[in-house]
Amino acid sequence: MSEMISMRSLIEASYFVAAILFIFGLKRMSSPVTARGGIIWAGAGMVVATLVSFLYPDMGNYTLMMTAIFIGGVLAWYSGKKVAMTDMPQMIALYNGMGGGAAAAIAAVELFGGEDHGLVFGTLAVLGGLIGAVSFSGSLVAFAKLQGLMKRNFRFPGQQVFNLLLLAATVVTGGYIVMVHGDINTVVIFFLLALVLGVTMTLPIGGADMPVVISLYNALTGLAVAFEGFVLQNAAMIIAGTVVGAAGSLLTQLMAKAMNRSLANVLFSGFGEEGGEAGEVSGSMKPIEAADVAVMMAFADKVLIVPGYGMAVAQAQHKVWELTQLLRDRGVDVKFAIHPVAGRMPGHMNVLLAEAGVPYDIIYDEDEINPEFPTADVALIIGANDVVNPVARSDPSSPIYGMPILNADYAKNTIVIKRGQGAGFSGIENALFFLDNTRMLYGDGQAMASELINEVKAL
Amino acid sequence: MIDGFIALYIFMLAAFVGHEVIGRVPAILHTPLMSGSNFVHGIVLVGAMVALGRADTTLELVIGFIGVFLGAGNAVGGYVVTERMLEMFKSSKEKDK
Repeated sequence: MSEMISMRSLIEASYFVAAILFIFGLKRMSSPVTARGGIIWAGAGMVVATLVSFLYPDMGNYTLMMTAIFIGGVLAWYSGKKVAMTDMPQMIALYNGMGGGAAAAIAAVELFGGEDHGLVFGTLAVLGGLIGAVSFSGSLVAFAKLQGLMKRNFRFPGQQVFNLLLLAATVVTGGYIVMVHGDINTVVIFFLLALVLGVTMTLPIGGADMPVVISLYNALTGLAVAFEGFVLQNAAMIIAGTVVGAAGSLLTQLMAKAMNRSLANVLFSGFGEEGGEAGEVSGSMKPIEAADVAVMMAFADKVLIVPGYGMAVAQAQHKVWELTQLLRDRGVDVKFAIHPVAGRMPGHMNVLLAEAGVPYDIIYDEDEINPEFPTADVALIIGANDVVNPVARSDPSSPIYGMPILNADYAKNTIVIKRGQGAGFSGIENALFFLDNTRMLYGDGQAMASELINEVKAL
Repeated sequence: MIDGFIALYIFMLAAFVGHEVIGRVPAILHTPLMSGSNFVHGIVLVGAMVALGRADTTLELVIGFIGVFLGAGNAVGGYVVTERMLEMFKSSKEKDK
């Protein structure tokens, strides 16, 4: 008996240590200097908590448990190591969905068990299951969209009413399970409804809004984990889940704010639908050759480079840095201008540029760099579109009106490297491309950067 | 037992901690931090292990197994991806000096 009590104390003490390591780990991750150590602290916490959990009294099925951990761990390890830096966002969505699914599975086992949890814990189990299941299927849809497996934003009339009814049906079924103690069939229906809800919620959301959605699901998974933690009386799950839930909610708001939109707007409005005909752009796009661009940049005083998702897709970051070094050797002042939502996640561009070896001191935020555009000889835009669209400043009828943008149109010359003439991810025409001082360099980002390198070298 | 107001207090305090930790983070660290917090909720693995460990029926065993599999994926994948991202940050930092 006393042995069991001391075993429990050991488990509780280890969870306490794990919770502290998680919090300090996250704290360290919030500064560039200590970030690397932060993940190691949090990782140590995870190892301690997992190992000690094998010691729980009255448990069995260890072979199954080890097998599941082994398969899941190896698959995730392999995919995480192998994935290209540009594909990070969808991997985060995938792993996050797995966490939500695990929380839903815990809820399912608890509810199937037929044990009476009482009103409070029953409600928490059902809520955690609902949120976890939505996060699971929603994150998988987000993964499929970013991976390019699902191209269309699936919409139909009355979709929001449909989603609302679906949510209501799920909540009513969940309420029934708590109050009346539902049988297995009811629980199955409940989880199916929640899974479908996650899919129908995410389907209509456009790819440009995906970072916000992934961050939201990240926060939701945290919350689901915390709720299931209360049901299982597991302090490590409660604290880690709640911290992530709160941190993730704040992060989601920061991202939505950077796009000048509310979270409700991201979730419930079909982006770009109403702005279809508005804001006709006049003029024509004027093409230019790489050789001319090379001359312009090589003899400029100041060049500002604005990277976007197109650079990530083309894997052009290494070539861009090589080009930057060449220009810097010639005495050109080269700086990178990063929009907060450039790419598919905040900081996405910073990660890629860091990978290529671009030092911090030439990478600038929107606020810092915007006043410099009027003095720049060349603004080179690589695969960015909506974040430099001046329509956001001028046209109140545009769906992106009011979004803070990089003022690339104020530069003396603007060069846009772009694959084709189509509109950007949001489907909005970019007025910048039609301006008098804008030239279009058509081609793949990496191929064009290589050409520019060769041309600059040949000068 | 963690219940009633004790549970509420823990929930509230942990929520404040989460809010504080993210509060003054530069935008460049948003992605790694999202990835890092994604890793931290991989602690769900521990709960899934307990659920599987106490499962009796075949249905419970199957769901518990799926739960542990998914939880392990969340924890391991979250760690690997975050670590890879932050590694690049450090190397560029050092190159800077």
